[in-house]
Amino acid sequence: MTQTYRTHLLICAGTGCVASGSMRVKEALEQEIRRRGLESEVQVTATGCNGFCAAGPLLVAYPDGIFYQRLTPADVPFLVEEYLIKGRVVKKHLFEPKKGAEAIPKLADIGFFKNQLLVALRNRGLIDPEKIDEYIARDGYLGAAKALTEMTPAQIVEEIKASGLRGRGGAGFPTGLKWQFAAAAEGSPKYILCNGDEGDPGAFMDRSILEADPHAVLEGMIIGAKAIGAHHGYIYVRAEYPLAIERLNIAVAQAKEYGLLGEDILGSGFDMEIELYHGAGAFVCGEETALMRSIEGRRGMPRPRPPFPAHKGLWDKPSVLNNVETYANVPQIIHRGAKWFYSIGTERSAGTKVFALTGQVRNIGLIEVPMGTPLRKIVFDVGGGIPGNKKLKAVQVGGPSGGCIPDALADTPVDFESIPATGAIMGSGGMVVMDSSTCMVDIAKFFLEFTAEESCGKCTPCREGTLQMLEILDRICNGRGRDEDTASLERLAVVIGQSSLCGLGQTAPNPVLTTLRYFRHEYEEHIRLGLCRAKACKALLKFTVSPELCKRCGLCFKACPSEAIRWEKKEVAEILLDKCTRCMSCYRACPFDAID
Amino acid sequence: MRSVDTVLKEHPNAGRDSLIPILQEVQETEGYLSPEAIAEIGRRLNLPASKIYGVATFYNMFRFQPKGKYHVMVCRGTACHVKGSRKSLDMVIRVLKIEPGQTTRDRLFSLEVVACMGACGLAPVVNINGQFYAKITPMKLQRIIEECRAKERIHESA
Repeated sequence: MTQTYRTHLLICAGTGCVASGSMRVKEALEQEIRRRGLESEVQVTATGCNGFCAAGPLLVAYPDGIFYQRLTPADVPFLVEEYLIKGRVVKKHLFEPKKGAEAIPKLADIGFFKNQLLVALRNRGLIDPEKIDEYIARDGYLGAAKALTEMTPAQIVEEIKASGLRGRGGAGFPTGLKWQFAAAAEGSPKYILCNGDEGDPGAFMDRSILEADPHAVLEGMIIGAKAIGAHHGYIYVRAEYPLAIERLNIAVAQAKEYGLLGEDILGSGFDMEIELYHGAGAFVCGEETALMRSIEGRRGMPRPRPPFPAHKGLWDKPSVLNNVETYANVPQIIHRGAKWFYSIGTERSAGTKVFALTGQVRNIGLIEVPMGTPLRKIVFDVGGGIPGNKKLKAVQVGGPSGGCIPDALADTPVDFESIPATGAIMGSGGMVVMDSSTCMVDIAKFFLEFTAEESCGKCTPCREGTLQMLEILDRICNGRGRDEDTASLERLAVVIGQSSLCGLGQTAPNPVLTTLRYFRHEYEEHIRLGLCRAKACKALLKFTVSPELCKRCGLCFKACPSEAIRWEKKEVAEILLDKCTRCMSCYRACPFDAID
Repeated sequence: MRSVDTVLKEHPNAGRDSLIPILQEVQETEGYLSPEAIAEIGRRLNLPASKIYGVATFYNMFRFQPKGKYHVMVCRGTACHVKGSRKSLDMVIRVLKIEPGQTTRDRLFSLEVVACMGACGLAPVVNINGQFYAKITPMKLQRIIEECRAKERIHESA
């Protein structure tokens, strides 16, 4: 009989928590537990990303379900003494929704977790991703077993079609339909590919799934392989995700050992191999044809479609490429049935969606909500609102191909129909919250800089057009904007969107278009008044001291690193604009808001 | 070119599709892709060096200058940008007098800009030799760089 423990301590070992030192906390815990002689009663387990990255390192204690945050190795002896020996909850490390508010001890009561619905991430923070047995204990590989032994390829395709699952990589193409095309395509061998080239800045959904539950992705791929008749799979992961790569390697090795990969899987006569491929850092490789070129060892440049990869993909053979999150949904659809999956979300966007919630929001982390959840609910109920009681200005959805949705439209439900109606796209799930300290022109420029840099250069509208737009935005941010600039931007955006070869170019103007649509006044203020209210466009800043508000304290004088402030005792300070480097040290140092 | 040798030994009958993994492994062992390494890979794979450069320069991860003793990676993801990572990057460029992708003359520091490290909860993030530094400001980062320099001076005088 396996040993049972009275308490399980699940410590988060996702990238965010590891970066803030969770492995040191784990060591300290194990050491302290041994020292106290509790090793037969308490088990410490490292899990995948728990999702609540901002509060790391995290620890969840079961069966009580207590959520501890911001632990350091130095806190461990006290925690062990109080919680494990005396049975008292340690208040200091509990979650507080606001400063000074009542602490919430239980994970299930915290708004961040309470308002989520986990499907793709159902195992996160609960299992050790490096142990296949723990995945199997949570109904793992039951879907694959059913697909391989009881279902025909056509039945699998039908089941996925009936579930309403749509591609989670951004475009939302029905997964079942894609599989149907590839299954019907002539040619062999066929390939099944997994897109883990998560290049969006500010998005880490795929990374977290791969780190927390790698077997779910493998299982999804096995089911997909059976559906289309492929026996060889590739997972394309970014080389920047070393932890995800390590865990995937372990998962593939374990699956082979258990006979879940390799020849004659589960005695069904079906063979399947999965190989890992490390991306070399090119955003455009998230595009399916570019990704396949990259695996072939070439420059990752997209090619025109048709022919679609379902007919001519990797090495010109029929191929299916799906996103990590899409595959993570598949095993449960097969195991629990299409009806169950279709009952979640909205009519045309079934299921849930994982988002990386970041930016100016209290609870930064990885979340999963049913499709159709309003943006405002995500920001305020799950995200806990904006820190410092500032106002929500916009939510950027969909990364560099997406757009900024303003506060006024924050009640938009998040699904494949409503989000594109605002001018943004669903994208793979980056969600960046912005408050009044964010300049929308600067944000548009930031995303365009990214796409211009990552444009592969194959087609002219994208290569030249994005640079032209960037030049105009640069001019506006530097105070040299012209009246006709907004019109030029719009014209360029339309041309680039319509004539680019692949999704990167077609969507590259979205950040500019949406900010122009909802925040045109900011562009006009930049151009006509040379004013950046958010104080992000450095060249436009001209700091002055208000003599009425100045208390003559000299704090700004002391803070200035450039000797650009003249101040004598009991005199109003003066800023010398020719020496000022606009570093904002004085602006932040002034306790009386006298500098503006 | 011993390291190129060992890498290529692990890829018998390597063809074009092994090019990127080979480049990755060579960079892993040598820290960068030297002209000699590229020429050698070209000879073995029967590919012109121009083609290999064509592939290598397309991808962001390949470096053509040796890494510094301290490899500074500044994250420029959206979350880091919104929280002011550009100011920190400008500071590093000014203080070290190198652009991203370059190495200082004393080979002490090299600078790299990455799209996103996926540690958005700690934004803005800087990673130096694998160690994460969270919630970075220009001042904080400058202090970290100074500490690295000071450590080196102690080494030298010892």
